[in-house]
Amino acid sequence: MSMEERIDFYPTHETGGVRFRRGRPLPFGATIVPNGVNFSIFSSAADSCTLVLFRKREPKPFIEIKFPPEFRIGDVYSMIVFDLDYEDLEYGYRFSGPWQPEWGHRFDESKIVGDPYAKVLGGRDVWRAQPDWLDPYQHRARLSFDDFDWEDDKPLEIPTKDLVIYEAHVRGFTAHTSSKVSAPGTFGGLREKIPYLRSLGINCLELLPIYEFDEWENNRQHPETGELLLNYWGYSTVGFFAPKAGYAATGKLGMQVDELKNLIKELHRAGIEIMLDVVFNHTAEGDQRGPYISYRGIDNRTYYILTPEGYYYNFSGCGNTLNCNHPVVRNMVLDCLRYWASEYHIDGFRFDLASILGRDQNGAPLSNPPLLESLAYDPVLSKCKLIAEAWDAGGLYQVGSFPAYGRWAEWNGKYRDAARRFIKSEPGMTGEIATRIQGSPDLYWYRGPTASLNFITCHDGFTLRDLVSYDYKHNEANGEYNRDGNDDNHSWNCGWEGETNDPGVNALRIRQMKNAATLLFTSRGVPMLLMGDEIGRTQKGNNNSYCHDNELSWMDWGAVEKESELLRFFSRLIAFRHAHPALRGDRFFAHRDYVGSGKPDISFHGTRAWQPDWGGRCLAFMLCGQHASPKDSDMYVAMNAYWDGLPFEIPWPSEGKRWRVAINTSMQQPQDIFEGESGPIIESSELIVGGRSIMVLIA
Amino acid sequence: MALDIQSAVDGNTARIALAGELDGTSAPALRQTVDKVLSGKPAQLVLQVEKLTFMASAGLRILIFSKQKQPDLKIYLVKPAASIVDTLHKTGFFDGVYVTDAEPAGV
Repeated sequence: MSMEERIDFYPTHETGGVRFRRGRPLPFGATIVPNGVNFSIFSSAADSCTLVLFRKREPKPFIEIKFPPEFRIGDVYSMIVFDLDYEDLEYGYRFSGPWQPEWGHRFDESKIVGDPYAKVLGGRDVWRAQPDWLDPYQHRARLSFDDFDWEDDKPLEIPTKDLVIYEAHVRGFTAHTSSKVSAPGTFGGLREKIPYLRSLGINCLELLPIYEFDEWENNRQHPETGELLLNYWGYSTVGFFAPKAGYAATGKLGMQVDELKNLIKELHRAGIEIMLDVVFNHTAEGDQRGPYISYRGIDNRTYYILTPEGYYYNFSGCGNTLNCNHPVVRNMVLDCLRYWASEYHIDGFRFDLASILGRDQNGAPLSNPPLLESLAYDPVLSKCKLIAEAWDAGGLYQVGSFPAYGRWAEWNGKYRDAARRFIKSEPGMTGEIATRIQGSPDLYWYRGPTASLNFITCHDGFTLRDLVSYDYKHNEANGEYNRDGNDDNHSWNCGWEGETNDPGVNALRIRQMKNAATLLFTSRGVPMLLMGDEIGRTQKGNNNSYCHDNELSWMDWGAVEKESELLRFFSRLIAFRHAHPALRGDRFFAHRDYVGSGKPDISFHGTRAWQPDWGGRCLAFMLCGQHASPKDSDMYVAMNAYWDGLPFEIPWPSEGKRWRVAINTSMQQPQDIFEGESGPIIESSELIVGGRSIMVLIA
Repeated sequence: MALDIQSAVDGNTARIALAGELDGTSAPALRQTVDKVLSGKPAQLVLQVEKLTFMASAGLRILIFSKQKQPDLKIYLVKPAASIVDTLHKTGFFDGVYVTDAEPAGV
């Protein structure tokens, strides 16, 4: 007997010519079943629920079907509707229930709300296309088809210790005309740039949010320039299960799912993992003044953390806070990540303002947050990388103390700050930088160095070029009178604020960028590079470009030629890291010799060998390659953040070996970085390291 | 614009000529035709699409479904419009079909 002949897939009810029957409560969402679609949705406080069906893009529904009372099991309304045209269907719900904000209820049956489990959302199919603001249902749930041909693809499971992460914005990466891709600013455009990412040497691409969001949310014009400012970054989720349609060249055909999967498949073929920046801390519904998109109209009290008066706690800084540790919401987050891991082959997730995920239903931090524990031990996610931005806008700062369960890594904000301060020559930083380059054992002693996601720049803040070109933020283009954005950047402009033709200043900036990169890629932990830093991308001093869908944010590919020296340095530096397991250990250094090599695994030095100066501006360290797995060269890294050149006494290399120069940031290409063992041999026991420079030797 | 569908089966080869727009409305008719011509398990499916001006996701999914039901089926797209080829590339379907300027010899 075929599935089509089974009695449980035959209709029992009919209204307006549409046939339906009792559905199945699980799974939530819209699921294609024989002859029909199973619709299932949760609400704990509604009085009734109505399924609203549209033909694609039509303003009025073709049918509304109220769930008969017997179709509700517990708090779940479910129904199978037959003979639907899957390709031409959009669906939503109306919920009737109490309007009692003081009790957390904000039901409004006049609103059509979307399915929290919607796999595809229409309404913003083409990036920046003017929406129909009169449409009562702005973000329209559609069906997804899981028929993509993955062939033998699966997540790559690259060991965390070997990752080199590249943080990028889908649109910003190729939107600039200089990208010369066939569909700028899309998943397809990004796919065409995979060869560039391969040649750079990164093996993990971390994308800023690609869950469906509304670029028009809070859109406004700059009060002076008239420039249209949008929600460009996308840290405001409309639908957790749906990819951003406007990021797909084929979004207008409803094929964003396929285009994204094709990108992921091609990335995997190139040996590059994909990590998503996911935003579960809040939704795009804002506070009590915000729109009804989904959650508020379905079960406001369940989905949001509310004040005793029924208003929205704002630990996210964006108007509301998702109630992540409510069991129903927790399950939604789990279902969502499992879906992305299994259906899209995602390799890892970076959680925006992840500390919110550790708050209870009253907003208080939990010592053993159920959601974080569930994610850590989930069988489907067991090989996915989980990385926390371990703070939130409500004042919770958990770098080093985020509940990890042996699984979670963290964006190490302390690494960022220490690296910046050391590079700009702040005195007394050698002690802290020594800790940071070891993978921050003070923070992660019980987890290992791969818990430390090391970065110096990310989307939120200065680019690397701006870090060495500006003392102060310049966010006037944001239209907020330069009040927004971080004031504590630990940046230094190298003698002139902003762009200059001064060759001395520009040479110093190049050197400082090379210094930052060298520090990052010789540190134990997982390095992350910001899109365009390898070609000196500038945002003209803007350290909060969230609203700029323009050349301020986009990557100018013309710099690939103009900044070829910097790009060459970065790509060779990344190759250097890949070539040297001594840099990528997943255990902390023991500071002793446990293999009988005669040298400790790591040792610190100053201008005199074996005598580090913990109060100064220069520091050297030596890695014994015999302690690496597999065995590696010995390595000596001399970091001089002082403004003049200094002589460094070099410790003796292992017997029979001689030190060679691998990197010297004080030099221009081609003497700045050497491939393999092609660098010059050091004949002397003393090394002159230029002012504000780093030298790396191998033996 | 309506979709005009002409089909024929010749030995191991099924042929379908399409003209007009293949969208969500016209896709079911193509689906029926494809099911009919593939019922005898031919080795090749040749789609003459020179006069096809638009192919929606529904049309592409018919091809995918055909391939999934009969993995050894060779699907030829003869003279597709550039926009259709571009969509095939972006969505990853290009590898599953043969795009040609003429019906291949021996087919």
